[in-house]
Amino acid sequence: MAGHFQKKVTTKQDIPTASLPDIIFMLLIFFMVSTVLRETTVQVRTTLPQAEALTKIDQKRLVSYIYIGPRKLDGNRLGETGVQIDDALVEDLGNVRTIMYRKLVEQPKLIVSLKVDETSEMGIVLDVQQELREAGTLRINYSSRREIPS
Amino acid sequence: MSLLKKKKRREAEIPTSSMADIAFLLLIFFLVTTTIDVDTGIGMVLPPKLEDDIEPPPIKERNVLKILVNEQGLVLVEDQPSAVQMIRDEVKKHVLNNGADPRYAEETGKALISIKTARQTPYDSYVSVLDEVWMAYFEMWDAEARALGYPDYDAYVTAIDEQDAENAIRDKIKAAISIAEPDAA
Repeated sequence: MAGHFQKKVTTKQDIPTASLPDIIFMLLIFFMVSTVLRETTVQVRTTLPQAEALTKIDQKRLVSYIYIGPRKLDGNRLGETGVQIDDALVEDLGNVRTIMYRKLVEQPKLIVSLKVDETSEMGIVLDVQQELREAGTLRINYSSRREIPS
Repeated sequence: MSLLKKKKRREAEIPTSSMADIAFLLLIFFLVTTTIDVDTGIGMVLPPKLEDDIEPPPIKERNVLKILVNEQGLVLVEDQPSAVQMIRDEVKKHVLNNGADPRYAEETGKALISIKTARQTPYDSYVSVLDEVWMAYFEMWDAEARALGYPDYDAYVTAIDEQDAENAIRDKIKAAISIAEPDAA
């Protein structure tokens, strides 16, 4: 009887943790692959408008962003409307054409996602669109949030 | 003799229990920095640049549904003041008219929606108008898909993607939306 007891005590009750790192690594690799590190700091405020008729862009590689909105100044103040492509503000709208044309050469299937602040005026949006037509980047997307039904 | 025995027993393993912790730290870092949210928005295709010597093709006045959005975000549909929610029905009536009502389009394939804004029009009013127009098209496509025996348009699209077939619904009801230039002030 006593011998029986002793046997039970010596049995290891640990869960084998040797494969735990492998599981975690699998998760890690998934997140590493799916991560897109944010490489740009947006210098304009872009509160997107809400819409219902939305389509998703699955291929993130094809997308290039143009931000239009009031410039963020020090101390939470907002300045004049600015246009930003990648990480720099575009001072002269005529440059949009050359920048976007170069991007189109690199990626012929380019989709331009316009992230425009909802308070912006149409004038600047139409000017940018006119430049995009000149550059030949015709596929655009008015980025907007899903409408929350009230 | 006893010394030799001790040496044999020592295991040459690297402790792997902390490996999980290291991996966890990395995992948490990537979890925090990942943005999986997909970009959503209203897709449009801009018209190509016009050549100077080529005139744009003539379009009958009747086939164009003109929507005007002014500086205050107020909407005129065919010169009639209208609420934003009304646009959806107007677009549907216009596109599916097929010559019945002289105010709307002659046939579905020729119907065109023109959206014109002022330079000072706020962007969100423009998007809400554009959204309504697109919703009208989506609802018409849904109706077409149901007529073909699919639950909705999305199901139809996945079905034809599998068969590599042409999108017949989109060919029948083409989303023709034109964004007009504002008048020079």
